[in-house]
Amino acid sequence: MLPLERLRRIVGAEHVLLAPEEMFAYECDALTWLRRRPAAVVLPGGTAETAEVVAALSEAALPFVARGAGTGLSGGALCPEGGVVIETARMKRLLSLDPWNRFALVECGTPNAEVSRAAEPHGLFFAPDPSSQNVCTIGGNIAENAGGPHTYKYGATARHVLALTAVLPDGRVLRTGSPLADPPGYDLAGLLVGTEGTCAIGTEATLKLTPLPRAVETLLFAFRGVADACSAVQRVISSGLEPCTMEVMDGATIAAVEASVNAAGYPRDAGAVLILEFDGGDAAVAESAERAERLCRELEVLACERARDRAHRLKLWKGRKGAFGAMGRLAPDLLVQDAVVPRSRLPEVVARVLEIGREHGIRMSNVLHAGDGNLHPNISYDRRDADETRRVLAACAGILQACVEAGGTLSGEHGIGLEKRDYMSLVFGEEDLERMRAVRDVMNGRSLLNPDKVLPAREPKTP
Amino acid sequence: MSDLAPRQIRSRADLIQYGRALDCVHCGLCLPACPTYDLLAREGTGPRGRVYLMRGLAEGEILPAATVLRDLDLCLVCRACEPVCPSGVRFGEMMEFCRAHILEPARPPGRGLRLRRFAARNIFNHPALLRALAAFFLLYDRLGLRRLLRTYGVLQYFSADLALRDAFLPRVPRWSERRRLPHRTPARGATRGRVALLEGCVAPFLLGRVNHATARVLSHQGFEVLVPRKHTCCGALSAHFGQLAAARAAALRTIDAFQALGPVDAVISNSAGCGAMMKDYGRLLEEAEGASAAEVRAAHGFAARVRDVTEFLVDQGIRPPPGRVEARVAYAAACHLAHAQRVTEAPLELLRAVPGLELVPLERADRCCGAGGLYNALHPRESLALLEARIQDLKRSGADTLATANPGCLLQWSAGIEREGLAVEVVHPVELFDRAMR
Ligand SMILES: Cc1cc2nc3c(=O)[nH]c(=O)nc-3n(C[C@H](O)[C@H](O)[C@H](O)COP(=O)(O)OP(=O)(O)OC[C@H]3O[C@@H](n4cnc5c(N)ncnc54)[C@H](O)[C@@H]3O)c2cc1C
Ligand code: SF4
Ligand code: SF4
Repeated sequence: MLPLERLRRIVGAEHVLLAPEEMFAYECDALTWLRRRPAAVVLPGGTAETAEVVAALSEAALPFVARGAGTGLSGGALCPEGGVVIETARMKRLLSLDPWNRFALVECGTPNAEVSRAAEPHGLFFAPDPSSQNVCTIGGNIAENAGGPHTYKYGATARHVLALTAVLPDGRVLRTGSPLADPPGYDLAGLLVGTEGTCAIGTEATLKLTPLPRAVETLLFAFRGVADACSAVQRVISSGLEPCTMEVMDGATIAAVEASVNAAGYPRDAGAVLILEFDGGDAAVAESAERAERLCRELEVLACERARDRAHRLKLWKGRKGAFGAMGRLAPDLLVQDAVVPRSRLPEVVARVLEIGREHGIRMSNVLHAGDGNLHPNISYDRRDADETRRVLAACAGILQACVEAGGTLSGEHGIGLEKRDYMSLVFGEEDLERMRAVRDVMNGRSLLNPDKVLPAREPKTP
Repeated sequence: MSDLAPRQIRSRADLIQYGRALDCVHCGLCLPACPTYDLLAREGTGPRGRVYLMRGLAEGEILPAATVLRDLDLCLVCRACEPVCPSGVRFGEMMEFCRAHILEPARPPGRGLRLRRFAARNIFNHPALLRALAAFFLLYDRLGLRRLLRTYGVLQYFSADLALRDAFLPRVPRWSERRRLPHRTPARGATRGRVALLEGCVAPFLLGRVNHATARVLSHQGFEVLVPRKHTCCGALSAHFGQLAAARAAALRTIDAFQALGPVDAVISNSAGCGAMMKDYGRLLEEAEGASAAEVRAAHGFAARVRDVTEFLVDQGIRPPPGRVEARVAYAAACHLAHAQRVTEAPLELLRAVPGLELVPLERADRCCGAGGLYNALHPRESLALLEARIQDLKRSGADTLATANPGCLLQWSAGIEREGLAVEVVHPVELFDRAMR
């Protein structure tokens, strides 16, 4: 039974939601074909309240899940059957910022971009930059080990979390890590990053801040097709150049973006564009940009453009970061697939992915963090159409299979969540999975926190 | 589409709005723009959740229960979620429609509801009523009643909300500032054209000074200014409250009143809310059941000529004013100018054209001040919380003047500044320009 009175006392009555209509609004994250309505939603205001809420739920033996901004793309924040959503949207204070030692202490419901915004006056930024960065929370980033275009150079979230305060599923509070270099003991903060909210609920995080680069050059190349763009990526990397990001978008994506508020001036007739960015010291950046320009011109580029100034650069990026939403124009629902392959295999895998799309008769557009070999086939569909949904899911299975066969894996950054749980046996043996379950059980022995995610149940199921 | 269309869809208009809900892919990119999500943090108090609720209502997944009414009513319809939505969701239109066709019929009956409907349908169309209200508030102020009640916390004693509402009651200006504009103001200097100006429904009673400044500036800039003889209300507030029929009637009356003025180069508004409504007349009538083809055509034609005063002046090229205004000015973008009309640069350009004036940056300059139609009267707590955050931003800016281009915002900021006891003057950008012409 829901300990209603106790929850209301802890967080205040207005922060305990129960009405069926309110539950409806929490039934899914950004992966809309997976839906489940919670029994209640609770919005705690800080670490202490979270701990008390968790203790109350744990004593009542009710399952629960943490939810940040609900921008997850693998159904991670979907509520367990009959369970409670613990929503972190009220926990968004920036607790402190230490420019000299370069770290910030924030509550986990803080949107990613707020950290960089606060750090900017000190010449610093928070490097992980998922396209959803204005919205998605630090807690969600830590859970998913989120990445972004600049992950290629700076690494994903795991490299930028120094310490963590987390509530364990029985309500005890764990404080782990330290802003000091290489603290002693087991790196439990490091362990928790990427566990997709199945081990503990993060409430406060100490994040590493990185100096803003002095110079940035952004280049946009247009190609006839995605394969050409991927070859250009190979070429750039093998020449020894070190861009901080290499993003590819295909023709369908370009069309959607150009039709949206984020129209970035990408050439509409191109089959693909590549955004290449260099950052660092002035001279090195200028030289790299020129070399890259020369290199790509040797290939069959349709057009090449260099961002004139900050405003132009932001515009080029806005198009890329709004690409997902822009596809809302194409159909009522969107499934953003996520898989990684060794980047040397990108051209053939992309070709295969497009073929799979055609075979299943689905509408697909592609965005790639090409530097990381990370593919995002975006599939536009209508969840009200059962047959189309079935074809979309079949295509996803095919795409994941193809990526795994090419030496890749199931996800680059969006996590496994519920969506891909049953594919885990494609890439892990039963013994690997058993060790992971053992780690989870140390933290979350009764499996009350986010039970059915990431790891398939002990009896292996076939996808 | 047909086999997918849910039961609730009965008319073409239903279908159009339902289709708009489907544009949303649930990405959440609109959340940080939403003032009420920032304040209240519930999914239903953010744009993504509200669109989801509206879709759920249309599909019959949920009923318009109390919490749904509450969360959808808490929307300011500031439309800050629109320009940031990569999928182009037309949130304002959906909300308007939803209020009219789903929420209105579902409201629990009672005195509150009757009053609300009466207000939304009638007050703004009836100058006599408005005049009576103005007189009442004036007396309330002048007789010292307000001060008396505040000093002894009388309203607080009855209800905390009532006391909050009192804080928002506008101060009615002197009679001299409540003069209406002359029917015709001639152009000065070389004539550049002829425009018609909307005085607005409430503005003549509370912000006549802004109308007078607008007319003087237009005339000084070489435009003859015509004003309809009859008091006209554009229908924005009715639409905001989901009284679409009343809004459409107001639109037709407004179009008529302006047509009677003869041909003009532009229809000018100095109120962001009215400008946004009038620019949208074409759609408003197109989606009405029973509007004639001629009416729809007239509405589109009229809408195409509507300009915000700042937009118009900047488009036409500003004649530099002779004088100076020494002021440190913070510009707060009115939602219906920045988000609905997407006019963001023109007011700043107009201010930059004023010699001596220093523009100081205001944090979150396009965040809603909490005025939102009559939001401050209906949701005083939330409105005040939003306002207080903005007042803190204003304090940090170090400005001695706050400029904003909408009557509701002017009154709201004034109320907040008075509460906080700040020495900051609140003006419309054209007023500052007007001072530089002297
Ligand atoms: C338009 C768009 C673009 C995107 N681009 C990228 C991208 O470039 N790179 C990328 O990596 N991802 C991207 N994503 C996916 C998503 O934004 C990230 O996974 C993000 O980290 C999720 O954050 P959130 O706050 O929305 O978390 P939610 O969706 O609310 O939750 C995600 C998971 O994190 C868990 N969780 C949330 N908060 C906590 C907490 N405090 N403690 C413990 N667990 C928690 C939840 O239980 C759930 O399992 C994108 C999504 C969208 C919609
Ligand atoms: S940004 Fe647009 S598409 Fe995305 S959730 Fe908001 S309304 Fe929906
Ligand atoms: S109109 Fe304003 S208050 Fe309403 S959902 Fe959009 S941003 Fe939020």
